[in-house]
Amino acid sequence: MSTAVAQKKGFGAFIWDYLTTVDHKKIAHLYLVSGGLFFLMGGLEAMIIRIQLMKPDNEFISAGLYNEMITMHGTTMIFLAAMPLLFALMNAVVPLQIGARDVAFPFLNSLGFWLFFFGGVILNFSWFMGGAPDAGWTAYAPLSTTSPGHGVDFYVIGLQISGAGTLIGGINFLVTIVNMRAPGMSYMRMPLFTWTIFVTSTLILFAFPALTVGLFLMMFDRMFGSVFFDVAAGGNVIIWEHLFWIFGHPEVYILILPVFGVFSEVFATFSKKRLFGYSAMVFATVLIGFLGFMVWAHHMFTTGMGPVANSIFAVTTMAIAVPTGIKIFNWLFTMWGGSIKMTSAMLWSVAFIPTFTIGGMTGVMLAVAAADYQYHDTYFVVAHFHYVIVGGVVFGIFAALHYWWPKMFGKVLNEKLGKWAFWPFFIGFHLTFFIQHFLGLMGMPRRYWKFLEGQGLATGNLISTIGAFFMALGVIIFLWNVIYTAVKEPKASADPFDGRTLEWSIASPPPFYNFKQTPLVRGLDALWIEKSEGKKGMTPAEPLGDIHMPNGSILPFVMSFGLFIAGFGFIYQVDNPVWLSLVFIGMGILLGAMFVRSVKDDLGYHIHKEDLEKGDGQL
Amino acid sequence: MKGWMGKFRALFMLGSLSLILSGCGVEKLSALKPAGYGAELLYDLMILSIAIMIFVFIVVMAIYTFVLIRYRRKKGQEDYIPKQTEGNKVLEIIWTVIPIILLLVLAVPTVQAVFDLAETSSDKADIRIDVTSAQFWWQFDYAGEEISTSQDLYIPKGKRVYLTMKSADVIHSFWVPSIAGKIDTNPGDNENTMYLEANEEGVYWGQCAELCGPSHSLMDFRVVVVSPEEYEQWVKDMKNADPEAKPETTVAQEGQKIFQNNCMSCHAIGAQPKGVGPNLTNFGDRSKVAGILEPTKENIVDWILNPNEHKPGNSMPPNLVNKEEAGKVAEYLMQLKPSEITPEDAK
Repeated sequence: MSTAVAQKKGFGAFIWDYLTTVDHKKIAHLYLVSGGLFFLMGGLEAMIIRIQLMKPDNEFISAGLYNEMITMHGTTMIFLAAMPLLFALMNAVVPLQIGARDVAFPFLNSLGFWLFFFGGVILNFSWFMGGAPDAGWTAYAPLSTTSPGHGVDFYVIGLQISGAGTLIGGINFLVTIVNMRAPGMSYMRMPLFTWTIFVTSTLILFAFPALTVGLFLMMFDRMFGSVFFDVAAGGNVIIWEHLFWIFGHPEVYILILPVFGVFSEVFATFSKKRLFGYSAMVFATVLIGFLGFMVWAHHMFTTGMGPVANSIFAVTTMAIAVPTGIKIFNWLFTMWGGSIKMTSAMLWSVAFIPTFTIGGMTGVMLAVAAADYQYHDTYFVVAHFHYVIVGGVVFGIFAALHYWWPKMFGKVLNEKLGKWAFWPFFIGFHLTFFIQHFLGLMGMPRRYWKFLEGQGLATGNLISTIGAFFMALGVIIFLWNVIYTAVKEPKASADPFDGRTLEWSIASPPPFYNFKQTPLVRGLDALWIEKSEGKKGMTPAEPLGDIHMPNGSILPFVMSFGLFIAGFGFIYQVDNPVWLSLVFIGMGILLGAMFVRSVKDDLGYHIHKEDLEKGDGQL
Repeated sequence: MKGWMGKFRALFMLGSLSLILSGCGVEKLSALKPAGYGAELLYDLMILSIAIMIFVFIVVMAIYTFVLIRYRRKKGQEDYIPKQTEGNKVLEIIWTVIPIILLLVLAVPTVQAVFDLAETSSDKADIRIDVTSAQFWWQFDYAGEEISTSQDLYIPKGKRVYLTMKSADVIHSFWVPSIAGKIDTNPGDNENTMYLEANEEGVYWGQCAELCGPSHSLMDFRVVVVSPEEYEQWVKDMKNADPEAKPETTVAQEGQKIFQNNCMSCHAIGAQPKGVGPNLTNFGDRSKVAGILEPTKENIVDWILNPNEHKPGNSMPPNLVNKEEAGKVAEYLMQLKPSEITPEDAK
């Protein structure tokens, strides 16, 4: 792993390298490490929640702190863990899969990361600065707009800044996938992972602005005296629900579509078969992305929208089950007739199918708008979305990490430990969440700090808590595997899994310029085609020549840091206008850095042909 | 509609699905033990959708199990390259069309039920009640009857009771799982309506189902379902209740004075004026104190002195009176029993 490099270069140089990097592979590392850390924080919060709900009438933590826990658990897991971990995969893999040397805008890529990172840090600073947000990750007004203290302010500013980073990232990958595919790679020859990232990026582009608008309204209500959500002054609290879910529902597809791509790659590779029904899969992906914008109000069946709206959104929601079903069956038939090898990556993927089927089915049950009057805001919903987000997204991220670890770090994760991590997590997951379906139907609303004796909910909650400990054990074993692999495992070859797509045609990890010569793509599964014709690698599409590379830059870090400082200014100027000075300082830093970036020409540099020839990737 | 669904339910009873589910949860709380029109309608929908889903799951798992056993790579197959199939149009059509049909089977009763439960503008409504939620309690004003209560909602068995829902502060959600589904109570003009129709007498759990602050999980209330005759009696008694009535014991009389001097600015006894805190007209009949505590004198005193201990974040100020005074107030409150109909009558 990169620690070895660090010792050679000195720690300071190593840190500086990562602070200034615009290389998509290193940005992937940054996303992975910071997303991983936030994942551990969110996991810790989850454990505290489960301990509190271990027995009836428990007083492990106070009611106020409990609400902070659930809010931060949800917000952290969605925005600061799942999103960046997926961005880590996008960065690590997409440019390689399309035969590109980097993303379209390497500087913006770095800016996107640092904005996300500082946004997440602001949000978590709230723990040490008077209390975290406590209005739920959905932050419904007026609970959020009237929540005392600064907790919700941290939520608003933190998400606004990290959301900007996500939006930038999404645009960047859209442009990259549209413009930077290797010669011969038409849209219908793109690997499915790239396809899903393409659709995901589109969703980000259209969904995040709704969140931005909502957060701005809330920011002005809380900090500058506007009354968008104040009913006493003619405001309307339902507007927030709509804005939030117009973003929030596509968001769950932003999370799940990339892992659909991951599973498509893993099933094909470890069954040694071409993905079954590739064009149907592409069609289903696009359709899910499209329908994802048509269903937001199914989160609001009990808001009181009336029977017409409820019926329409019920039916559109049910419709999403169709393309999702298409995907499940195509995956099954990809394995049908194949030669299935049960590696750790495959294990996570195989476990995903029944888990996600259950999650999808409870999704259809929730779409039954009338029945949702019983399910809504109960543990049934909690069980449902953990089945899709843990059973889908987290399983998918684990599968992807096992699959692409050699491409990211040059070593294959230890297989035995990989399986040891899988089983406790998998068993623990079902222990934790399956029973919650029933808890919900038995009358336990979600976000309940405590349940009481005599409600018949004690056994189910205890089982759920025990399961959570198994999941934690699985995560710990995985972390151990990461360390073990870094120390003990040998270097991986370029193509350890007999891969099918372009990323496996270059070294593990790839040289910083990725492809010495841009490959020529002759069909879907470009590398597989070459291999099945007895060739060792890709045919180049260009003669060996100088490679133009971007320079690293500290400016993205500085810009994000400026916004970070300004964020605190915005939060605290409510108490005392003196804090406005921080806004000016922070914005000054941001604008100054933008100015420098605008006037200073940075034309990058070239790697010369001669160096490429003699270096052979070892520059 | 009901008959058709009833047949469905009978069918699945045989399949014991319904039996298994109905073993879940506690009477009067669980949505799986329906005892009202809405809850039964929704229970039928649940059973229908679960049955369809189990069918789908079995199909998926059958293929899944077969594939994983049959096509697992065996020793000596390391170099075997399977046929690279591109896909199959017929199969794609099959697994597109069948789910669409299954979903239509589910969508039709869904839409019917949605419109059924939205029929709340009926003129022949016997009983209409305005429900107002606040952090962290419920107020029930019986329209046209000059009756107000808090926390315990009395309704007659077998009759439709129409509710108009609003909130005094943040969004809450009114949920009595065994009688009907839930609906949010919104602040401002976004009033919602729903109806309750209970088929069995009893005291039912009601809960808040939308995060509303620290004591969200403690915002319980009760729905007391009594026979129509008992309900009539209750209404009569409540209307005749004299808010100024002098208690019998001297302790309670002193308590009444203390109450009038310290508590009346928030808590009303009788329908008027509408206080900012819970109405206490029939406090002595309540099945719980503040929705969560057993109705003992000790608990009432404890609550009066330190309400935030029991319901964090609620707006009742602590220590308005000293312990001795609180005891007297408790005596006064406990004898506020204007009606001979109590939760005891709901069996």
